[in-house]
Amino acid sequence: MAEIKNYTMNFGPQHPAAHGVLRLVLELDGEVVQRADPHIGLLHRGTEKLAETRTYLQSVPYMDRLDYVSMMANEHAYVMAIEKLVGVTVPERAQYIRVMFDEITRILNHLLWIGSHALDVGAMTVFLYAFREREDLFDMYEAVSGARMHAAYYRPGGVYRDLPERMPQYASNNQRSAAEISRLNANRRGSLLDFIEDFTNRFPAYVDDYETLLTENRIWKQRTVGIGVVTPERAQALGFTGPMLRGSGIAWDLRKKQPYEVYDRMDFDIPIGTNGDCYDRYLVRVQEMRESNRIIRQCVAWLRANPGPVITDNHKVAPPSREQMKGSMEELIHHFKLFTEGMHVPPGEVYAAVEHPKGEFGIYLVSDGANKPWRLKIRAPGFPHLAALDEMVKGHMIADVVAIIGTMDIVFGEIDR
Amino acid sequence: MTPHLQALQEAVAAALGPKLVRAGVDRGELTVEVKAADWLPASRILQADAGLAFTILIDLCAVDYEGFGEGGREGGRFTVVTHLLSIDRNRRVRVKATCEDDGFPMIDSVIDVWPSANWFEREAFDLYGVVFDGHPDLRRILTDYGFVGHPFRKDFPISGHVEMRYDPEQRRVVYQPVTIEPREIVPRVIREDSYGVGGKR
Repeated sequence: MAEIKNYTMNFGPQHPAAHGVLRLVLELDGEVVQRADPHIGLLHRGTEKLAETRTYLQSVPYMDRLDYVSMMANEHAYVMAIEKLVGVTVPERAQYIRVMFDEITRILNHLLWIGSHALDVGAMTVFLYAFREREDLFDMYEAVSGARMHAAYYRPGGVYRDLPERMPQYASNNQRSAAEISRLNANRRGSLLDFIEDFTNRFPAYVDDYETLLTENRIWKQRTVGIGVVTPERAQALGFTGPMLRGSGIAWDLRKKQPYEVYDRMDFDIPIGTNGDCYDRYLVRVQEMRESNRIIRQCVAWLRANPGPVITDNHKVAPPSREQMKGSMEELIHHFKLFTEGMHVPPGEVYAAVEHPKGEFGIYLVSDGANKPWRLKIRAPGFPHLAALDEMVKGHMIADVVAIIGTMDIVFGEIDR
Repeated sequence: MTPHLQALQEAVAAALGPKLVRAGVDRGELTVEVKAADWLPASRILQADAGLAFTILIDLCAVDYEGFGEGGREGGRFTVVTHLLSIDRNRRVRVKATCEDDGFPMIDSVIDVWPSANWFEREAFDLYGVVFDGHPDLRRILTDYGFVGHPFRKDFPISGHVEMRYDPEQRRVVYQPVTIEPREIVPRVIREDSYGVGGKR
């Protein structure tokens, strides 16, 4: 009689379904997972320690690199924490721009999630469609900040500059015909807002496409229905936030419950699940994309009608304009001090949180009055989610581990920090 | 102070009773301080009290206060901070406790109250060396296997102590003392209170 014993297996760190650098030590009984021990930290860059040695403004680009698929949402929490500590008010137009780009970021994040989750589970096509739309969203990022991903666009006191009047267009080249270039530029003839509005008109049909591919798909349902079920009580105990919590049927969304910026003026709904399984979380996120689209449309309409400043005129926090700087000695000094010594933040401690595409992303900032933070703690939503992996996969088959990692929307930039 | 924060502060003070050391509202956030010895019972009360119901542990982290504000700070070096969220009441609170021994900071684990504390406590242990009494699996989490020291402590240099390279003779990766000097381009300065107040804006 052969001796039967559990089998220990390494999953990752180079596994394509590990979403980065997750090393998972799985203890298997046949094909059933008995215990999962995630080993994280392979992408640890010490962001929080680095931020302690940089001025407040110098740390903004580090925030992009935390959750590198929802860049501006990370920046948002960080600049909100500084604004709360300094007590600076953000111009209304900047608040609308932030809300609009938060929702663009949410779509960006959910598109990557739906693509990679479906790819993990075996549906290749969605990935290709999702990346087609991501390209347009990256173009919006690029138009506004010059960078396709790591934007560093939100600044303490507002956003770096106003939305451009002209959307960048494709230049003629020898790879594409003139007719092809003209077709690509068809929706780029106007301003950035025109381009965004055109996207919001097209986007609901795209989401319908994804749903056609997945929602009633038999294989998709077999792989996700009843997998990784989390009860509402357990979801709270495990520290879940965002779609992971809403998938379990708790209607909790910071945009509604503790509104920041101008979310209280937006008309949108919060989708929730009932069973708390992977399929419900899928439905929640898909509906969130539709709701984000609605919010973007409202912001576009407002931004068209209401020009104004996009960054505070408190030059202890935000730099003066180039014209002012060249013409006034005081503004020149402000500019120089701001970019060398940095702003001084009064002593105190704050916690600022935003409804990040993955959950609650918070920044705990402790200041002793210097030009650098004393302590910066990043509360990444993925961290408690991944911590619950052991509990969620216990008793499931090894193939379901991949589905559960997919449903958590794991990104290692924010977990390892 | 808004009325709901006032009410929350009173409710927390009533629930914690003598365990409460200090409570205050700053910038719209309630901060509660308890003794390190009362850490676990106070957490239990905040989680279980029907009127408070802080069912979600949003965050737990440690802070090293060595040299804070140019060294004028009273109290111990390591503080453990939690951020709690009540979904039912839509309220947040920050709870702090300072570890008594600076050389061997230790505090009770709250893993029995909120299971999500598991990794947060491992992280605080890894980065700051705060030991959580009663944690079943207090391993390092973010740093390398075999890492020595607690990197987020203020006396740990930003460049670390060791660096890694491939040694072609031994044909393996070796550790060696760091060869780079940490350099600070922008010095850390705390200005006096009146700095910048007299100017325009």
